[in-house]
Parts: sequence; structure tokens; C-alpha cells
Amino acid sequence: MVTRTGKLAGLALTGALTLAACGSDNNTAGGTTNTPSSKVDCAKGDIKGAGSTFQKNIVAQWIKDYTAACAGASIDYQGVGSGAGIKQLGEGTIDFAGSDSTMKPEEQTPVDKTCGSPALHLPVTAGGIAIAYNLKGVDNLQLSPATIAGIFQGKITKWNDPAIVADNVNGAALPPTVITAIHREDSSGTTNVISKFLSATAAADWKLGEGKELSWPAAIQGAKGSDGVTQAAAAADGGVAYIEDSFVESGGLSAAKIKNGAGEFTALSGATVSKALAGATVPDTGDDLKVKYDFANGTAGAYPITALSYEIVCSKGKDAAKQALIKSFLTYAVGAGQASAEANGFAPLPTALADRVLAVVKTLS
Amino acid sequence: MTAPAPPTVPPVSAISGESSRRADRVFFALTGTSGALMVLTIIAIGIFLVLKAIPALQHDTTSFFTTKVFLPEAAKPTFGIAVLVFGTVVTSLIAMVLAVPVALGVALFITQYAPRKFAGLLGGLVDLLAAVPSVVYGLWGLAFLNAHLQVVNKSLNSTLGWIPIFGDTRGQYSKSILLAGLVLAIMVLPIIAALAREVLLQVPSTLSEAALALGATRWETIRTAVLPPSWPGIVSAIMLGLGRALGETIAVALVLGVSPEITAHILGPGSNSIAANIATKFSEYADSGRGALIASGLVLFVITFAVNALARLIVVRSARRRLA
Repeated sequence: MVTRTGKLAGLALTGALTLAACGSDNNTAGGTTNTPSSKVDCAKGDIKGAGSTFQKNIVAQWIKDYTAACAGASIDYQGVGSGAGIKQLGEGTIDFAGSDSTMKPEEQTPVDKTCGSPALHLPVTAGGIAIAYNLKGVDNLQLSPATIAGIFQGKITKWNDPAIVADNVNGAALPPTVITAIHREDSSGTTNVISKFLSATAAADWKLGEGKELSWPAAIQGAKGSDGVTQAAAAADGGVAYIEDSFVESGGLSAAKIKNGAGEFTALSGATVSKALAGATVPDTGDDLKVKYDFANGTAGAYPITALSYEIVCSKGKDAAKQALIKSFLTYAVGAGQASAEANGFAPLPTALADRVLAVVKTLS
Repeated sequence: MTAPAPPTVPPVSAISGESSRRADRVFFALTGTSGALMVLTIIAIGIFLVLKAIPALQHDTTSFFTTKVFLPEAAKPTFGIAVLVFGTVVTSLIAMVLAVPVALGVALFITQYAPRKFAGLLGGLVDLLAAVPSVVYGLWGLAFLNAHLQVVNKSLNSTLGWIPIFGDTRGQYSKSILLAGLVLAIMVLPIIAALAREVLLQVPSTLSEAALALGATRWETIRTAVLPPSWPGIVSAIMLGLGRALGETIAVALVLGVSPEITAHILGPGSNSIAANIATKFSEYADSGRGALIASGLVLFVITFAVNALARLIVVRSARRRLA
């Protein structure tokens, strides 16, 4: 009980510090400035971005490293949520938006109008969504998509349910602890990813549909934000939640191995996420790089619950100086900046995709 | 016998004269403006809420008052306040049931029983509690209280589970409705205690002295001479506490495990509160969703209004009964 309380207190403290440090630079682990400044093609000026909280930590790392190498450049990124970021870009109050999903037509219209040119989606980073659990004595849990669907619909209520046992034939003995499943109560790109994953891989069992908000059954309790669901899962013995990779360890939780399209239970890591994305395609041949990823793909060694995150920028900026800085910053982020992905809980883009993004960044003007 | 000391009436020169009358007019204007501003602000808030809520309500495809889920940004917007109102009222009710007796006890102890030095110290501590920001209560509730209350919840359920409110919670005890009520109780306790203390101090000491002189015990004195005249003030103190509980946002958002259900089982998670729901969802919503949240805010506004009106009614009724 003491360790649990201590763990939680630490988590709460982290939460408080995050609140206190809101908007200032992020000092998450991994400040590996393994990028020689000579490699960065610097630009000067002042740009502001906002949007996806998913990519916030890696963007903060890039900003830290880029501004350290480039004097006279000031970049700000606020994690206000994908939808809010796109809205701000449309209102012209920021210079680029971060988003976990591609814009809907009604979202894109005001952005294009403010840009005076078509806005482009540029994938910049990727990450896995973990199924993180808090279960005493169990640290090598394996789950198949159908089991996850059962857990998050309140159909599987105990950890020793036959369905979970069947996924863990060679694993640890499972206790009869009650499952306390947690979902994101706020509208969230993470919910969107997990619901799309379950729709694609467990269609027969998943009845809640897809979207940033779902009509959850009463047995699945909600909490706000990634930190909120992490705390909630850590607070209950038998807690389980879907969260970004970077929150698993800070919350004292363990990530389950997930069964992929090839039938293997795969652990979440930068490498397994990158492997999953190797099969992703960009159907559009133009400069707008909307990526299509098949959650059910059968790539061996791939971690299936994988998400991409985009920056949305104007193809032709109204302010040449700002556009030059965006161009320079994105060149760094998609190029050398990918090396800091793994240390921050993200996965580097597959080389082919990164090259394609860099080619489009070159055309920004 | 010498004549009694001259009454403390100010010299005539100070109360008549042009300058004092002008000061009177200026003061009247200042206080009148403040009062008017207050009323105008409330009206302006009301108008804002109604204007923003109407378009969202027109898009709602279900009944706003009976729907349990809150999905205003779905392809078919479905949102209602049934669960939100239920959770808001129930958590606040639990808070009042737990906090009011303790707060009144604290106030009575400070004013009637405690030695003067100790009373000052205790009063200061109570005031200090009222100054702690609500996010601190929320984090403490989640990080510390939740772990311990789970144990209590579990044993309450196994021993008193036949009482409906302690009934089955699907085995989930973390972030329970009771936890939210308890954290709210701790938050409103200092407000009620501090205000009630001030009210009790206003009771003329002649009243209690008279009661004591007639041979009443301490308890009888409090019951017959101290509490009746301070009753309206105490009700006001309780209402201010209730107002804070109803509108509390961050602490509830942190400690309550929300779900779209109306449940009497307070030992487990469930339901939601209006203010916490707004805080959780506002930042990610576009205009349509925000409109729906504002509509729910309007409901909270009306509830708070109704509760206050009810309190006034109680005070007036009891005052009339005492005079009759």
C-alpha cells in the first residue's frame, strides 16, 4: 500500500509540475542533442504552433534542440488538442497546427482561406498506443484485439476471464481481480485510434464504432487527458487504459503485448511501431501527404496500435520570413530530429515516408 | 449619583451642512452603482448562456433533459443533462450531509466552548483551509484519499451492502461517488464553519447571559438563545457552501470516475457533474460542442438560483413563525 501511495503521489506531483510548467519548455528525459548544429540549416524569426497533445513532447524536444542550434529563432507549440489547433490555424492566430487526424472538409476550408493556398498534411512523427494495466504480480500480459474489445465494452469483467487466459497460455497465472477499465472522457485522437484499430481488427466484437468520443457503457469509467486516465488506471488494482507510450512508465503501469495481423504478440517499442508503418501508404500522389495505415496488416514484428501525427502548414505562406522558419524547422524535425523520437516515447518515421515529407517541405514557399 | 456619560452623538455641526449631504449623495450613488452592476452582470451572464445554448439545443436529436450520454459532436448530436444533474446534486448532497454537522460543531465549539486563545488559533486554521486551491484538494483526494477510501468502500459494501446506497458497484471502488462527496465536504467545511462562526459571534451576549441566569445549561442556552437568532445567517452559510459544492470543477474532475449512468451505489464510480464535464471537454470541442456545454452550464445556473431562492424562503418562513 505504501508503494502504491508513493507511486501515486509521484504521479500527482508530476501532474502538478506539468500544470505549473504549462507552456514553458519541456524537460522530459532524453535531451540527446546528438545533432551537430552544422547540419541545421537555420532560419530566424518567430513562429507559433498549436494542436495535438499527442506530439507535444517530441515537438518540445525538437524546439529545444533547434533553438539551441539556431540563435534568433523562437518557436512556440501549445498542446491544445488537434481540433482546437486546426481552428486556430483557420483563424490565423498560429502559423502551423499539429493534428493526429486529417482535416475534415469543413475544417480545411477556413484553413485554406486563411493560408491563401491549399494547406498540406505533413506526417512528422508516429507512436504506439499502449494498453497499459496495473495488476499485481503480472508483468507479461498478452492481449488479442477481440479481448481488448471485450474489456473496453464491459463484457470481460475479471482478469482471469477465459478469453484473457486463452491469450496467455504460457504466461503468468491471472488473479480474479475485477477489471477497472478507463477511457478518455474528453474528445481525443487516442480514442479515435483505438476505436479504429478495434473496428479493423475485431469487427465482430467491437460495437462502439469509431470516433474521438464514443458512447461507452457504464462499466467503463472516464477521466480527462492522458495523465488523468493514467492516474485512474494506477489508482485501481486491476486498472487498464489505452494511453500513449510515453505515459506508461511515468504512471508505473505495464504495457501489454498486442496480437498483430501476423498472429504474433508484439511489445510496444519505437522499432515495432516503425515496422508497422512500413506498410503504410500515401494514396494521393500530390504534396498533401495523408497517410493510409492498415491496422490489420500482417507485417511480422509490427506493433499494430500505431498512430501518425501531422503538422498542417500552408503550401504558400503569407509571411515569407515565417514560412522560411517553418521550412527550416520541419526540415530539421523530419530529418535529424527523428533521432530523438525513441528517447521521448515516439517512433521515427520510416525512411521512405520521411524522404517524401522532406521533398514536400522543400517546395514550401 | 452623577449623570450618565454624555451619549455618543456626534456634534451637530458634523451631521448637518452642505458637505455632509453631498457626501451622502455620492455614497448613495456609489453603493447604488455597485448593486446595479451586480444585477446587470447576472442578467448579462444569463443572456450569454441562453444565446449560446439555443443553437446547440436545436441540433440535439434527443431529449436534453432525459438523455444520459453527452455526445454533442457525434454525427447525430445526442446529449442530455440527466446524468450531469444527478451527479452534481448527489455529490453536493453527500458533501452537505458530511460537512454541515461538523462545520456547525466547529463554529459552536469556537464561539461557545473553546478557551479564547485556543478559539483564535482554531478559527485561523479554519480560515487557512478555505484558502487552499481546489486543485490541491483534488490531487490529494486522488493520490492519497482514494487508496484508503477504496478499502473502506469495500468493507462497507461487504457488511452493509443490503442498504441500496452501499450496494454492488461491479467490484469497482476506485474514484467513487463517495470520494467526490468527501473531497467536496472537506472543501466546503471551512466556508460554512467560518461564516457560521461569524454569525454566532453576532448574537448579543445578553441573550445567552439571560438564559444562563435562568438556570439553563450550556446546551439549553445554545438551543434556546444562540441558535434561533442566528438561524438565517447559518442557512446563508450553508447555502454558500452548497454553491461552492455545486460549482466545484477541478477537484470533481480529478476524483470522480465518470460514466453515463444514474446509480444509487455511491461506493463505486459513476455519473458526472456539470462543472467537471465542462472543464473536461471544453478545450477539445468546436462551437457546436461548446454550445452544448454552455447549455449544461445554463442548467447549473438555474439550479444554483433555485437552491438560493429555496434557502431565502426557508429563512423568511422561519423568521415569520418565530414572530407569530
